[in-house]
Amino acid sequence: MIAFLIKRLFHAFLVMFVISVISFAIQDNLGDPIQQMVGQSVPESERAELREELGLNDPFFVQYLRFAKNAAQFDFGYSYIFNEPTTQVIMRHLPATLELVAATTFLIVLLSVPIGVYSAIKPRAWLSRAFMGVSIVGISIPVFLTAIVLIQLFAIGVDFTPFPADTAWGAWLNDLLSTDGGMPAYGRGNPVHVFGTWDTNFSSLEGLTYLVLPAISLASIMLPLFIRLIRAEMLEVLQSEYVKFARAKGISLRRIYFVHALKNTMLPVITVGGVQIGTLVAYTILTETVFQWPGMGLMFLDAIERSDIPLIVTYLMIVGLIFVITNTLVDLIYGLVNPTVKLTGKPA
Amino acid sequence: MALLEVNNLDVRFALRGGDVRALRDVCFSLDRGERLGIVGESGAGKSVAAFSLLNLIAKPGYIAGGSITFDGEELSGMKDRGLRRIRGNRISMIFQDPMMTLNPVLSIGEQMVECLKAHRRISTREARAISLHKLNQVQIPSPETRLDQYPHELSGGMRQRVIIAIALLLDPDIIIADEPTTALDVTIQAEIMDLLLELCEKHNVGLVLITHDLGVVSQVTQRMLVMYAGRVIEQGPTREIINDPQHPYTQGLINALPQMATPGSRLNQIPGSMPSLSNLPSGCAFHPRCGFVNDANGEPRKACLDKVPGFVDSGNCRVACHMVAELVNQQQRDSREEIL
Repeated sequence: MIAFLIKRLFHAFLVMFVISVISFAIQDNLGDPIQQMVGQSVPESERAELREELGLNDPFFVQYLRFAKNAAQFDFGYSYIFNEPTTQVIMRHLPATLELVAATTFLIVLLSVPIGVYSAIKPRAWLSRAFMGVSIVGISIPVFLTAIVLIQLFAIGVDFTPFPADTAWGAWLNDLLSTDGGMPAYGRGNPVHVFGTWDTNFSSLEGLTYLVLPAISLASIMLPLFIRLIRAEMLEVLQSEYVKFARAKGISLRRIYFVHALKNTMLPVITVGGVQIGTLVAYTILTETVFQWPGMGLMFLDAIERSDIPLIVTYLMIVGLIFVITNTLVDLIYGLVNPTVKLTGKPA
Repeated sequence: MALLEVNNLDVRFALRGGDVRALRDVCFSLDRGERLGIVGESGAGKSVAAFSLLNLIAKPGYIAGGSITFDGEELSGMKDRGLRRIRGNRISMIFQDPMMTLNPVLSIGEQMVECLKAHRRISTREARAISLHKLNQVQIPSPETRLDQYPHELSGGMRQRVIIAIALLLDPDIIIADEPTTALDVTIQAEIMDLLLELCEKHNVGLVLITHDLGVVSQVTQRMLVMYAGRVIEQGPTREIINDPQHPYTQGLINALPQMATPGSRLNQIPGSMPSLSNLPSGCAFHPRCGFVNDANGEPRKACLDKVPGFVDSGNCRVACHMVAELVNQQQRDSREEIL
């Protein structure tokens, strides 16, 4: 276990090193920082002075070392737009994004396993076919469109009256097709303060309603992906000899499906899933923009628009770090589920 | 009445182009403690026959007709719930490839205990004790540690021992072994087969052994069936069939054994290959490959080309062959004339 963690820590350092070099290279090439800091009226001589003072004339390597030294202490400089340390800005936005990702992950885990398993066990049932059809649609439609449609349907509401409203059945059908709206679709409402920079939406029902639409639209691509992945894996596992043998042992179908088959199905799903959860953090940019969710994604877009280079770099580093952490966690979980993988280094 | 009786078993696979008949008119019986071998080429329907006994044939296969009577109960139309009482409990199975048969993510102990718990109301502790006892019976080295090990930690031979132990867990009446040694190392094959034979004899367990190893069949079984293209073509006491095969196909099989060829010459073989089940030749399915289709005049027998042969009794064996039928009739006529 310790050996595994040390190895992973080494990997993490390597990955972070590469990310930091790339981020820094971007920083070095995204326009002139002096231009960003001072106005038009500052004469060239003062600019040169400032440049020398900030060490911008040093070779790339020296500049990078200075950057890395500060980065190791979580000091990525000051954000231009917020005028405070970038880490502080990130920390203020991080909880909103993490809560959104957590809610989405919860949705995905809660729905993908039963739906995937069901459509593998009963591949010909009309419900399975419906799930498969809807999932293709879900994968194909971009997140922002899903989000806009959701807002129209459930936040604004739709009045749909193709049937005569003066008849009972017509009114009923119209009612059925129309939606009331009223779901919150802007920002996080009034999250409750927990500690530090962490405000939560999870503590009250009202707070949770703010999460519903953003989480659904963020899940709209990942969920179908997971359903299809689980279904495909499960179908394959159900064909295997050990499932056949389990049936020959007279074990109940429920145990065969949910112990024998599901456990094997989840092995590849965990591997892919872990990486995808990391990707979710990146996907939030779109969702957060549409719903004005005050998370890191929205912040990042802001930072790009206003060329806030230190903030962009910090965001890249933090997202990279999140990826590295989730991947390590996934490997740990994988080792716990799959007995053929020994993390402990203990002789078998 | 025998413990297991199979009559006119008809198994089909519902495919797009229509049903393919994988088994036709398969009849055999097995007494308590008896050992029956089923031999034939790949695709002859041996495994389908074995799996259909417990209705474990994978879709689109289904039992289209016939009866399977086990201890007075009809299994062929039985619901899954009813069959589950019998599977693993009174009739258990051993599969071909031990590397694939055990679930890789469950420990050996879990896979044994769940089987016991599915059929008996016992505690995990008791179930583990029984499992340990069975692992001892199959002579696995250090059985206590095996219970908590996973399949990948065991060799192929050991895994097959574990599978035999699982098959014996609930003291079944019959074990169906589908080529239990095919996937094993030759040196292990004999060990496993000896073990299986010994345990079956000791506990008076009936055995249905599916194999294409005629040597194993002759050592282990008392009676045997020879299958060709989904049909039983010869059945009877193993010794008699091995020593004096009647059906041209059985003769061909035995002739094809390496020890039957003269040293330095090519091995004997049956010309051609097994026909596809969806496109069987007319009459006797074996006639295109048969060396005896022609009658005394050198003309192909009309019956062989047109009519599916029925069974004739020849000694203690039953054979489905027009040529044998002719010979038997001739003999009967001769002996009648002698008496007269």
